[in-house]
Amino acid sequence: MITDTPPSIDYWLLAPMLTVFGAGVLAVLVEAFAPKARRRPLQLALTAAALIAAFVLTVLQVGSVPAAGTTLAMGAVAVDRPALFFQGTVLVLAAIALLHIAERRSGEDAFAAQAAAVPGSEEERAHTLAGSEHTEVYPLVLFAVLGMLLFTSANDFLTLFIALEVMSLPLYLLCGLARRRRLFSQEAAVKYFLLGAFSSAFFLFGIALVYGFSGSVNYAGVAAAVRAGGGGAFAGGGGEPLLLLGIALVGVGLLFKVGAVPFHNWKPDVYQGAPTPVTALMASGTLVAAFGALLRVFFTAFGDTAETWRPMIWVVAILTMVLAAVVAVTQRDIKRLLAYSSVVHAGFVLTAVVAADSAGLAGAMFYLAAYGFTTIGAFAVVTLVRTHEGGPEAGELTRWAGLGRTAPLLAGALSLFLLAFAGIPLTSGFIGKFAVFEAAVAAGAVPLVVVGVLSSAVTAFFYVRIIVLMYFAEPAADGTVHTARAGVLTGTAIGVGVAATLVLGVYPTPVLDHLVPQPGQEAVATAGAFTR
Amino acid sequence: MSDIPWLTLGVALPALGALAVALIPRAAAGLAKRVALGVSLGTLALMAAMAANFSTAAAGELQFTEVHPWIPRFGISYAVGVDGIALMLILMSVVLVPLVILAAWNECDDAEDGGKGYFGLILLLEAMMVGVFAATDVFLFYVFFEAMLIPVYFMIGRYGRGAERRRAAVTFLLYSLAGGLLMLVAVIGVYVYGGTFLWSELADGALAQVDPSAARWLFLGFFIAFAIKAPMWPLHSWLPSAASSSRPGTAVLLVGVLDKVGTYGMLRYCLELFPGAATWFVWPAVALSLVSIVYGAVLAIGQSDMMRLIAFTSVSHFGFITLGIFAMTTQGQSGAALYMVNHGFATGALFLIVGFLIARQGSAAIADYQGVQKVAPVLAGTFLLAGLAGLALPGLAPFVSEFLVFVGTYAFNPVPAVIAAVGVVLAALYILWMYQRTMTGPVPERLSGLRDLNAREVGAIAPLAALIVVLGVYPQPMLDAAEPAVERTMLQLDAVDPAPAVDGSGPVAGGGKEPGE
Repeated sequence: MITDTPPSIDYWLLAPMLTVFGAGVLAVLVEAFAPKARRRPLQLALTAAALIAAFVLTVLQVGSVPAAGTTLAMGAVAVDRPALFFQGTVLVLAAIALLHIAERRSGEDAFAAQAAAVPGSEEERAHTLAGSEHTEVYPLVLFAVLGMLLFTSANDFLTLFIALEVMSLPLYLLCGLARRRRLFSQEAAVKYFLLGAFSSAFFLFGIALVYGFSGSVNYAGVAAAVRAGGGGAFAGGGGEPLLLLGIALVGVGLLFKVGAVPFHNWKPDVYQGAPTPVTALMASGTLVAAFGALLRVFFTAFGDTAETWRPMIWVVAILTMVLAAVVAVTQRDIKRLLAYSSVVHAGFVLTAVVAADSAGLAGAMFYLAAYGFTTIGAFAVVTLVRTHEGGPEAGELTRWAGLGRTAPLLAGALSLFLLAFAGIPLTSGFIGKFAVFEAAVAAGAVPLVVVGVLSSAVTAFFYVRIIVLMYFAEPAADGTVHTARAGVLTGTAIGVGVAATLVLGVYPTPVLDHLVPQPGQEAVATAGAFTR
Repeated sequence: MSDIPWLTLGVALPALGALAVALIPRAAAGLAKRVALGVSLGTLALMAAMAANFSTAAAGELQFTEVHPWIPRFGISYAVGVDGIALMLILMSVVLVPLVILAAWNECDDAEDGGKGYFGLILLLEAMMVGVFAATDVFLFYVFFEAMLIPVYFMIGRYGRGAERRRAAVTFLLYSLAGGLLMLVAVIGVYVYGGTFLWSELADGALAQVDPSAARWLFLGFFIAFAIKAPMWPLHSWLPSAASSSRPGTAVLLVGVLDKVGTYGMLRYCLELFPGAATWFVWPAVALSLVSIVYGAVLAIGQSDMMRLIAFTSVSHFGFITLGIFAMTTQGQSGAALYMVNHGFATGALFLIVGFLIARQGSAAIADYQGVQKVAPVLAGTFLLAGLAGLALPGLAPFVSEFLVFVGTYAFNPVPAVIAAVGVVLAALYILWMYQRTMTGPVPERLSGLRDLNAREVGAIAPLAALIVVLGVYPQPMLDAAEPAVERTMLQLDAVDPAPAVDGSGPVAGGGKEPGE
């Protein structure tokens, strides 16, 4: 649509994203002009302030957005309750991840002193000794968060694609910046980048096909075309194959980001290789954002043709829950195990996507928020368990033997997180599972839920195995495990995780009653609680 | 008096006690034990006071009810209340806990925290035991049902006996969790079909519109979870290893109380929420019960370890309980309700005495003992009493319940009653043979210094022995509490007791219990 007058834009509703964007740009300038010694405190303060300000703005907007939501910038961005919920969640999770990112132990953070130096080279040693730091991490995080925010509220496919790239590119870089095991880290970054580029291509191709079918990239336009049986060149009908292929390829791009089987292969390698604080950000914030986008696309743009994509999500959900759970059993490294666990959890959330109604949306939203806090806490624990004093993180699970004796609080916190992952009652994980499974059963997907609970039982096996190791096993022969002291920052991250896991497990009512869509607000298979 | 939230207090007091024990520093493990004993006695007093206010005339109704919305979005409430059967089971639990603490006083002294954690876990478990029997919201019941696994898991895995304890703890947890998760599907199904989690509303017809095949699936979801818990053949295989890897105190609570949740669940949830499906499933359930009775008894005979032996006898006894439940007669179900309580006391006593032997010789193997009655007559005497209770000798409490189960089953159909009688004969064999091998005969050199029970141990076992005798001679209070509740269940099932065959021409075959009535 070409008009003479420029579109009017409600800057107030865009303020959270603009804040993060502005702070990111400013952070680049700080990087360029601030003296080296000042950079870290400046960057840290700027990033923290931006995230907090954006969160406050998001909360303030709840009052000024109409209950049904609204769209901005000629329909490119939707601001509605689910968008605000996802954005608020992403901002809080990013703030907690920032605590990990900023944490320094004996003067070292988790990032390489000089990423450009060849691993193991003399140059690297010189930089390490000189105490060099990559404070570029902070603007990269801000841009990634901006991408996540936009990803959940994009209301046309092109905006969605831009958000995807804004979110992904900084993450590719961040993945390669680990201080220890740098080759692993660089390999993870390259893998993530290549596979991510592939999936972006599929995604873009899917957008083109959907555009071909509907003559629009806007979700509302696509939805209208779906209802009319075609739009643009196919207004008379006959475009269904384009639509089906388009849904499938767009689905590939989104399912890649959430890490559902068979598009999950990047997750274990990337989660393991990336610096753990970045893994924490990806496992929580990126997952929430990716599901926010997936839910919006499938519920709004393709909401009226749910019967065409439901079988696809059925198959993907079952594959995800079964295969990832089985493969996870064989894992020997804590970060890989948590990566597969994240894949399984994506499968559980997909059961709520199958429901395609407001109950499903509410269940998925609660699940994602609960899982985000728990997983970020679990990765915080991972950063503290070291092979020896000042050594790298102890990835292999055998080294975790006897942690319950040497560090009872840490082991207790991790046990709580693992029990929440397993869905034991009185933890947030249980309420989340109940919410998504309830939505799926109500939508008639009982077999899917049966597969889900059986998969839960399998996942419980490997979560419990870690608890067994920590509490019941004798420490490994080559000495006990070393645990770094939790600084204020990491300690806060773990504490928030524990508190959220317990509170959302024991008294989830405030969230369920006020923050997620209520049942019966919208008819099944329409927009859920999304606007378009 | 009636506005005192008895049941909430009964859950909160041990839970707070567990917290207090957790906060006591490691160095003062002795204090932790005293606090644990004090709290458990306090809970006993509290629940006894509640029982004194219980109206036997209305034992079929839920009393001391409290309903508070918890998660309104899913229709979940914090709802508690007890009828006669739930009250008996709660009383049994809170009686057993202080005795277990007393008996286990020195059991975990060699643990690195001096056993502090063990006693804390016992109190936490006690809170959940009261909660699970008191819950009248299906969701709340499920929460307690699953959350109970965690303390038991640590009690076996961390404080248990033997090298196999980790494996036993994990097997126990995964088995129970798998069953529990299937039940979760059924719990969700109940809400989706019934629109509420409140047991009273569900039993009052909220589920009446569910079509029969869906009701059967929901029934099976609950039944499998309860059959694992109970444990019923062929889902019993976690029990022997879990029991033999447990401290005897843990085993008492595991077999005596936790497994009762399974049979209680069958009575309360399977039968009352899905009467149609339960009637449909009568014969499979009876058949499984009979297999459990005979199988458990035969395997018990073959055991060489006393803990495993008692575990297998329990498989057999739980067969009797489920037989009584699914016989669908008033006597059968009253008998089953009494059996749950009596079995808790009798088996609890057996486990505790084996625990005393373990404390002395460090072994539960039958072959390691001989002629104990000559050196430790009190120990041997209480062992014999508990054993005789286990084989349901007339005059001791389990006899009453076993007799009722037989009467009820015979009225339902003579064939299962006759097969179940085999279990009684085998019971005499496994108990008396164990007694003969361990307690009689010449005293070997290494056992000549075996101490008899000390005052603490007598204090732990005497109340159980007294209860076994008293409830055997005078079971009326228990019957008064159980029968109205059972009558309500029968009403729900739309079942009538078969008329007794007074003219001696033989029983009424089938008794109107045919499926699909």
